[in-house]
Amino acid sequence: MIQFEDVAHDYGGGALFEGVTVALDAGSFHFLTGPSGAGKSTFLKLCYGELLPSRGTVLLNDTSLRSMSRDALAEMRNSIGVVHQDCQFLDHLDIRSNVALPLSATGRPVSERDVDDLLNWVGLRAQAEALPPTLSGGERQRAALARAVIAAPRVLLADEPTGNLDWDMSQRLLSLMMELNRMGTAVLIATHDMNLIRTAKSHVSARVLRIAGRKLQSAGSEL
Amino acid sequence: MSAISDQIVPRSGHGAWLVWLGAAAMAFLAVFALALSMSAARLADSWTAALAQSATVRVSAPPAELDAQTEAVLEVLRTTPGIEDARVMTPEEQGDLLSVWLGPDLPLDALPLPRMVEVWETADGPDRQGLRLRLSAEAPGAIYDDHTQWRRPLIDAASRLRAVSGLALALIGAVTGAIIALAASAALASNAQVIRVLRLVGARDRFIARAFVRRMTRRAALGGVIGTALGMASMIGLPSLGPDATSGLGFQGAGWLAPLLVPVLIAVVAWAAAMATAFTVLRGVT
Repeated sequence: MIQFEDVAHDYGGGALFEGVTVALDAGSFHFLTGPSGAGKSTFLKLCYGELLPSRGTVLLNDTSLRSMSRDALAEMRNSIGVVHQDCQFLDHLDIRSNVALPLSATGRPVSERDVDDLLNWVGLRAQAEALPPTLSGGERQRAALARAVIAAPRVLLADEPTGNLDWDMSQRLLSLMMELNRMGTAVLIATHDMNLIRTAKSHVSARVLRIAGRKLQSAGSEL
Repeated sequence: MSAISDQIVPRSGHGAWLVWLGAAAMAFLAVFALALSMSAARLADSWTAALAQSATVRVSAPPAELDAQTEAVLEVLRTTPGIEDARVMTPEEQGDLLSVWLGPDLPLDALPLPRMVEVWETADGPDRQGLRLRLSAEAPGAIYDDHTQWRRPLIDAASRLRAVSGLALALIGAVTGAIIALAASAALASNAQVIRVLRLVGARDRFIARAFVRRMTRRAALGGVIGTALGMASMIGLPSLGPDATSGLGFQGAGWLAPLLVPVLIAVVAWAAAMATAFTVLRGVT
């Protein structure tokens, strides 16, 4: 689904990482770890085309990001759910409309019942009519996850999705992501939370990647 | 889809007033420019019709020969194909014409005025060159004036007036486009996060652009309607130039329907300008 071939990226001050070759296949489950500033968020942005690699090739469904038209990229993003660290929303729309946005903004029918079920699952049913700025950090993260999965994406990318959540809610969201993975969605979670990784590995076959020393390494054996 | 498309742009855009006020002002001016254009066309038609089929023969001769030469002129005119009618103007009629320029108290009887013969030509008109030759032979003091030297500059002036008003309309359209483009650019810049989120969830540029453009077009159309209504009301309020006011500024008859196109054209210009701006801005967003 997503392939990196000898990818390097820098913001002008030297390579953040280089020589990255990895494939996120359909149905796979990956964690991405590494110290702050190692490039985890950049790696995720390369996965959905918000950034283009400085060198190398990123393929989405065997098509290079560089050769993709804007419409093709939009189409591709509609099959990729993203949970940003900063959880961006349309602040003037309520949570229900924000969660339904991947469907409504692409002309697909919105089932109110599905939206309510999903809001219920992430514990935000009571906040359905609330505006995003009135939510706490944890509630925003849950709403962002609900928005990311509403369109049944083929890939789910999450950047520190449980950073502001208590353990119970973290477990609940992890189980949602594992459920999606069982249904065939490829999942990549960037996180510092080793307990979350250990919990997931006890339920699914997850591979752990670590960015360190400008290289992407497999860290599965250490966990 | 259209419902969410209407909602994704926050309503409190700073450029909202700029769009409808600018469109209203441009529509108001466009109504006047249109009226000027139509009036110029009407004026040119009126002058052409009034002068095209009439002529004057001016008979200048010593008093002793004046009657004879005038009679000779009338005889020539009566026997010339293309002349429908001709008559000698009375001294009172000549006096009326001259009093406009020289004042009513001038003793016209004491002045050696030429005799004026008013001529009406048929639709095909006479052979003017041949007529002039015959007149010079039969009445040496007669000069046939078909008003060409007066008519051409008037028609040229009306045509130029019409061209100037057309240019004004084009400028109004261009300024309207510029205002909308500026407002659209400001709206897109102030909604950078909205655009980023929409791109993130897979919205196409067309969808995002439509959301902004639709709102711009509606505001411009509203401004256009208000400006046009005010412009037309002002036209109605203009003082009349008399019962035969063909030369007055304004609309007549079916011409009153023409300004109704102004809001439509404003909306079309707004749509095109906003669409072009939106796609240009969106190309810079990943």
